[in-house]
Amino acid sequence: MSEQKKLVEVQHLQQYFNAGGFGKNRRYVQAVDDVSFFINKGETLGLVGESGCGKTTTGRTLLRLYEPTDGRIIYDGNVIYDSGKLPDSEKKIAVDMLPYRRKMQIVFQDPYASLDPRMTIGDIVGEAIDIHKLAANDKDRHDRIISMLQRVGLNSEHANRYPHEFSGGQRQRVGIARALAVNPEFIVCDEPVSALDVSIQAQVVNMFEDLQSEMGLTYLFIAHDLSIVKHISNRIGVMYLGKLVELADSYELTFHSVHPYTRSLISAIPIADPKAARESKRIVLEGDVPSPLNPPSGCRFRTRCPYADEQCACEVPEFKEVSSGHWAACHHLDRVK
Amino acid sequence: MSDLLLDIKNERLSFFTPAGEVKALNNVSFSMKQGEVLGIVGESGSGKSVTAYSLMGLTAYPGKLIGGELRFNGHEVEKMTEKEFRKMRGEEISIIFQDPMTSLNPVYTIGNQIVEMVRLHTNKDKKEAYARAKELLELVGINEPERRLKQYPHELSGGMRQRVMIAIALACEPKLLIADEPTTALDVTIQAQILELMMELRKKLGMSIIMITHDLGVVASMCEKIAVMYAGKIVEYGTTDEIFYNPKHEYTKGLINSIPKLNQKEKERLVPIEGSPVDLLNPPAGCPFAPRCKSCMKICLRQMPPRTDLSDTHYTQCWLLQKAEFEGKGGKAE
Repeated sequence: MSEQKKLVEVQHLQQYFNAGGFGKNRRYVQAVDDVSFFINKGETLGLVGESGCGKTTTGRTLLRLYEPTDGRIIYDGNVIYDSGKLPDSEKKIAVDMLPYRRKMQIVFQDPYASLDPRMTIGDIVGEAIDIHKLAANDKDRHDRIISMLQRVGLNSEHANRYPHEFSGGQRQRVGIARALAVNPEFIVCDEPVSALDVSIQAQVVNMFEDLQSEMGLTYLFIAHDLSIVKHISNRIGVMYLGKLVELADSYELTFHSVHPYTRSLISAIPIADPKAARESKRIVLEGDVPSPLNPPSGCRFRTRCPYADEQCACEVPEFKEVSSGHWAACHHLDRVK
Repeated sequence: MSDLLLDIKNERLSFFTPAGEVKALNNVSFSMKQGEVLGIVGESGSGKSVTAYSLMGLTAYPGKLIGGELRFNGHEVEKMTEKEFRKMRGEEISIIFQDPMTSLNPVYTIGNQIVEMVRLHTNKDKKEAYARAKELLELVGINEPERRLKQYPHELSGGMRQRVMIAIALACEPKLLIADEPTTALDVTIQAQILELMMELRKKLGMSIIMITHDLGVVASMCEKIAVMYAGKIVEYGTTDEIFYNPKHEYTKGLINSIPKLNQKEKERLVPIEGSPVDLLNPPAGCPFAPRCKSCMKICLRQMPPRTDLSDTHYTQCWLLQKAEFEGKGGKAE
């Protein structure tokens, strides 16, 4: 990549959800805790992890669909949120998001639930155009909608139909057209292909790649399927129980991962190649993911980690750079084989 | 043919809905030996689950078996009554469903649900059944079985619930275990645990498994034979190696090409299968895959291709292979 300009950056992002209780007994779901990363312009950053690890929350908090409980979000050099609680921050900043909504969009996971069943496809795509007053007149609005639909492989006659008339793959295309309608720079793709059949997944993944090269988009691609994330991303971040545990170039991460969780995650993925599958050794993790209501002290992965010791229980491992562009949070990187 | 555990010939099954007849299964034939692990792969709506359900008599109204012979362990399944089915289910054939969150009864304890199964099919009294339930939980790797037996499904995690489902399914040591997308609802690390457990139990108990999934990775590591289904038909059948390294049907090839491979070093563009799955209410006259097939010929749209045997274990249904065979004999194709 020629220009290495940071488009989006989050610093020490934290998102705790209130889970009831009063005073001393107040409890929080620690969905995202102290997550920092940046995304360069034109790049795709993948975010993987198991369900409940906070990857979707990270994506939504980044767009301020949820108000963060702590941290800082910077978009294109402008601070769009600052909790005021970080050591280097001066005051609380929370800018009006409307102008940024034009630049930052999201594609949701479930194409069956994210389209209003009572609106036509044309209106769904056109809604954002209306809100941001992008169309000069009705004809311009219509033309924009049609060109967006064509861009995602649908045609003009689809504009007057309703979501129930479409298949899952087509609906996801509508979701993408809606996000593209305002000519955004940055799109959070929240598990955009998980609900689709295998043969349709490839169509949508290819479309994301084409749109990126045509329109110069930047993606945050969230998915639980590492094979797909590896395919589409330049860099990948791995999350576990609200923490970012490893972040590296996608090739580096899949072949030279250093964090014990990433390693077991990779080895647990069934490979669609019988010979390789017979040879490969699985690192099967014991137990389940602990509850984010009451995460383990120190390193959150320690309850399932084969390398865990006392240090892991009392100290939170620092998220540090282990080699150029490769970050990981673990006390025992030297022991992990 | 006594060594065959399961032998299905030309099974046809339709759902008679208000909108018309949905041909869910259209001339499905395959057989399984004792102890084999068969994977059935295909997209949603391809008929993979229906094939398995019909064996257990679980395709209720408006589903109707309209033809074919189904032989399972000496039973003529197509002629069985509900009473006979009830006896067979659980004892000789068992099933694990996709979603462990909804397939356990929320108002009964885990113990209750396992004991029910044991007492229904054996003469054990309550105490013995309870002991058996404990044994089963140990078998599927649940620690503190005593305590777990008293818990309700909502107190367990997804992976645990799926283990309980497996325990219930194995209560009477069935000959055939049907696993209908057993790990789709689970996370990868939990999926690895469950798959490992299933393979271990299979070794221990010597049962056969039909693994229904859309994940080619799961079948590659678990199964010996694979049936690829599309629109209610088995389009290709073979050993795992034959399907992965020598796929002959265009759909199988498409499926394998359309998934990104984690162990691949170079980045390649995915080759998707264009178009969308067929509407089974009015399927095309010829090969169901023809409208999406890159090498579609005239005949594909008119007529269903006959079966081509490629080896003892490998067969497919595609006109391209018929054409190759025909040309090989010195003929000229259309």
